[in-house]
Amino acid sequence: MPKYRQTEDIIKLMKNKEYVRNIGTLAHVDHGKTTLSDSLLAGAGLISQKIAAQALALDYVEIEQLRQMTVKAANVSLLHEWNDQSYVINLVDTPGHVDFTGHVTRSLRVMDGGICVVDSVEGVMTQTETVIRQSMEERVRPLLYINKIDRLIKELRLNPQEILDRLMKIIKDFNTLIDTYADPEFKDKWKVNPSRGQVAFGSALHKWGFTIPIIQSKGMKFSDIIDAYNRNDVEYLQKEFPLHVAILDMVVNHIPNPIEAQKYRIPKIWRGDLNSPIGQAMLNCDENGPLVICVNKVVVDPHAGPVVTGRVFSGTVREGEVLYGLMAKSEGRIQQVSLYMGPYREVTNEISSGNIVALLGLENIRAGETLVRPEDKDRMVPFEKMKYISEPVVTIAIEPKFNRDLPKLVDALHKMAIEDPTLSIKINQETGEYLIAGMGSLHLEIALWDLKQRTGGLEIVTSPPIVVYREAITKSVGPFEGKSPNKHNRLYVSVEPLDEKAMELIQKGIIHEDMESRERAKILREQAGWDTDIARGIWAIDSYINVLVDATKGLQYMREIKDTVIQAFRLNVAEGPLCREPIRGLLVKIVDAMIHEDPAHRGPAQIMPAMRDAMFQGVLTANPILLEPILKLDIRVPQEHLGGVTRVLAGKRGRIISLNQSGNTMNVIAEIPVAETFDLSDQLRSATAGKAFWGMEFARWAPVPSNMAKDLIKKIRERKGLPPEPPKPEDFMSM
Amino acid sequence: MGSLNFIGLGTYDEKGMTLYGLELARNCEIIFLEHYTSLMPYLNLESLERIIGKKIIIIDRKYLEDGSAILRNAMEKDVAILIPGDPFIATTHIDLRIRAEKQNIKVRVAHAPSIISIVPGETGLQNYKFGKSATITFPDNYSEVPYDTLKQNLSLGLHTLLFLDIKVDEGKYMTANDGMAILMEIENRRKEGIIKSNTLVIGIARAGGPNQLIKGDVIEKLICFDFGPPPHCLVFPGRLHFMEAEALVMLAKVDRELLKVI
Repeated sequence: MPKYRQTEDIIKLMKNKEYVRNIGTLAHVDHGKTTLSDSLLAGAGLISQKIAAQALALDYVEIEQLRQMTVKAANVSLLHEWNDQSYVINLVDTPGHVDFTGHVTRSLRVMDGGICVVDSVEGVMTQTETVIRQSMEERVRPLLYINKIDRLIKELRLNPQEILDRLMKIIKDFNTLIDTYADPEFKDKWKVNPSRGQVAFGSALHKWGFTIPIIQSKGMKFSDIIDAYNRNDVEYLQKEFPLHVAILDMVVNHIPNPIEAQKYRIPKIWRGDLNSPIGQAMLNCDENGPLVICVNKVVVDPHAGPVVTGRVFSGTVREGEVLYGLMAKSEGRIQQVSLYMGPYREVTNEISSGNIVALLGLENIRAGETLVRPEDKDRMVPFEKMKYISEPVVTIAIEPKFNRDLPKLVDALHKMAIEDPTLSIKINQETGEYLIAGMGSLHLEIALWDLKQRTGGLEIVTSPPIVVYREAITKSVGPFEGKSPNKHNRLYVSVEPLDEKAMELIQKGIIHEDMESRERAKILREQAGWDTDIARGIWAIDSYINVLVDATKGLQYMREIKDTVIQAFRLNVAEGPLCREPIRGLLVKIVDAMIHEDPAHRGPAQIMPAMRDAMFQGVLTANPILLEPILKLDIRVPQEHLGGVTRVLAGKRGRIISLNQSGNTMNVIAEIPVAETFDLSDQLRSATAGKAFWGMEFARWAPVPSNMAKDLIKKIRERKGLPPEPPKPEDFMSM
Repeated sequence: MGSLNFIGLGTYDEKGMTLYGLELARNCEIIFLEHYTSLMPYLNLESLERIIGKKIIIIDRKYLEDGSAILRNAMEKDVAILIPGDPFIATTHIDLRIRAEKQNIKVRVAHAPSIISIVPGETGLQNYKFGKSATITFPDNYSEVPYDTLKQNLSLGLHTLLFLDIKVDEGKYMTANDGMAILMEIENRRKEGIIKSNTLVIGIARAGGPNQLIKGDVIEKLICFDFGPPPHCLVFPGRLHFMEAEALVMLAKVDRELLKVI
């Protein structure tokens, strides 16, 4: 049952950072993350006595209420006793959906340890690999929880030796992942050892779990668990081996407290000067240092407005003070500082470093933000720009069935965009439709479901999903001349495909637009072999992974047209010339320019068309191609149904990358274009009699086969109301 | 054989065009009018159509800058473009002229009064002592060129005429006061002492018309002066000849004592 405490006791405990742990769950969909969280909350959730008194009055709804709240809560605080000491454990929300990997990365930043949930039947899967890789990038230590042991016993009816073999295989696979992705100094340190209590085994559904030290201390063996199942006595297991005790014992003993964790995490997750006062304060988790908060989630509360949840890495945040958001570039005053008691927020006046805080009153802040006091805004280097492994690849258009519902729809979409920055919401200026872009069709299905919940079942009309493409070039060309409409200005621009290494550095957020140019140039020179002058001339890096470089030297008035040129570059890469899809991997160099000296003759209306003409002549000359998003599929299927899987894949331009057999199960790793996935679930189900299960994630962008490209371009253009044939370079050449 | 006729309208209303210009316009088959390079709020289009006896087609910047439709017409027909001020003082039209000449289209030009000639006339500042001009632009096209131009001219003792940005399609025009504020803001940032609180500046409103207004004073006072409706421009005098000083007192109502101090 949840534990009832006075808020003051918890605040006291939070100030004692040795007894704080910040964790989250890491898992593949359906491996049991939600049931685990529920089980932890029910067993160890922390409730203030005030709320408990209210909740008692309606105790029959309490658990259900708690359950629903876990789904939406940004953080849940748990209380755990171990060796007569109380610990506060913040369980940060990490949505487990395959399509939300952006969320996962953001949550990882605020936690020091993770519970990696692996289904004992399915074993370590692709997405397990993804979350381990991501947690290593953020230096978050994962511990292993092997779930659904009940299925091994009851469904697969394995004997004790077979169960043991299977569990050892999962532990071995898990440790291999640690070995592959951890930084050298953590490769050995972070491998898990069951006999030291670093692996928990259990069934979240049946609410029991144990670690080897726990079962040994009770003088029992694994066969006792099997016996309990054989006599159908799950209650015995729940009583003897409560799941939350196994998990939280493991957390308290093997996840570092914030003081220890920040020492090695800050150098990895923050790129500022470690010797600066801010750097030192964060390394030492100093509650008296400059205030730094990293935001992992924003939820719009219907009554209170946006609730900003984040981790205090240094300093102490107090009610009423003004904070500055480095991404939003704006200030806001905190109306309320809260801590989490279970899934609820409890108002307090201050929260210090190493803890998770909820703030009210900050309007423009989004997940991923770095908050500081205004006086530190120029001294603070923001936490790296978020590295997203996934990109929005599918769009749907949406409108209300009845026009009068439009304000309701707009309001709900607005809130959804605040809470999930990976969901991109745009208005099509021509049709007035709202376009929602997400990481995959499943992501959008969930978004639509969420939309219905928020609007009380608003009736909406949606378009079929539309795949998002990219335009790219395949050779270096130029320079091309772009003239301003008044012909008094000329820009000379060449275009090249960006090299793979530079693209990777941008994608991972290692280099980005806001960093100091000399430092960026150094990385590009050392890691991607760029010429120093070119690297130093970077004016803009676009989120579609395109780079604008000023390669001119000491040209007069260049500085005064810089902003307009950058703006033109961004607009042009957002809608390329082939079919107005975003351009990807383009390096644009301005090599020369003739600029009129009077600003009235070189305003945006003159410079923007000049830049467009020069860039698009280049792109259209450089053998442009269309790229399509490709998903990686990880399918488990009984051997006798393998043929069904390969048949479906073959019909959908799929490509099998590897086939592995484990027992009677085949593990198929394949790639498939997003465009082919809309009825994939139905087809796979019917081709395998429902025996296949699978996960998907974004893999890469790949050229659309040339025999399809022409038709596809035409179709996209027609859908957008454009003439069917793409323009020619000459169309951007002026007399 | 057609022709392309650039006809200046002067700066104020439909009476600013020359008789030669009127004759050219009357002989043309198609008459275009552009008014995006300058503001002529007192130009009455119907009255102008009556005087010329022809329908006038207003064209926007895009149509004129693209120019291909105009040139196509001018290959066969006599085409006039009515332009505020003197046609080629607005730098932008030279491109169309060159393209017409390249295509062997007959080009005629009817010049007319321009702000460039009105300013020396109405302030008494002598024409040969003006240095480079520049436009003070709106903040969305921020530029420090006007400040640099002023700095350069002053160092040579030359006068500076500064134009003020307009956006005809958005109904936006910059007042003399806005222009002075932008310059003072640049001074505040660069602190090169080009503009001081007692710098003399002349504001000119509705140049060439009956309700023209010219007023000179130190910038800190003139920035509060109400010049009335647009268009406006600014002049920063350089070193003054005694005749220029006398003219400023008489024409721009500059305080005589002030000229002694400065």
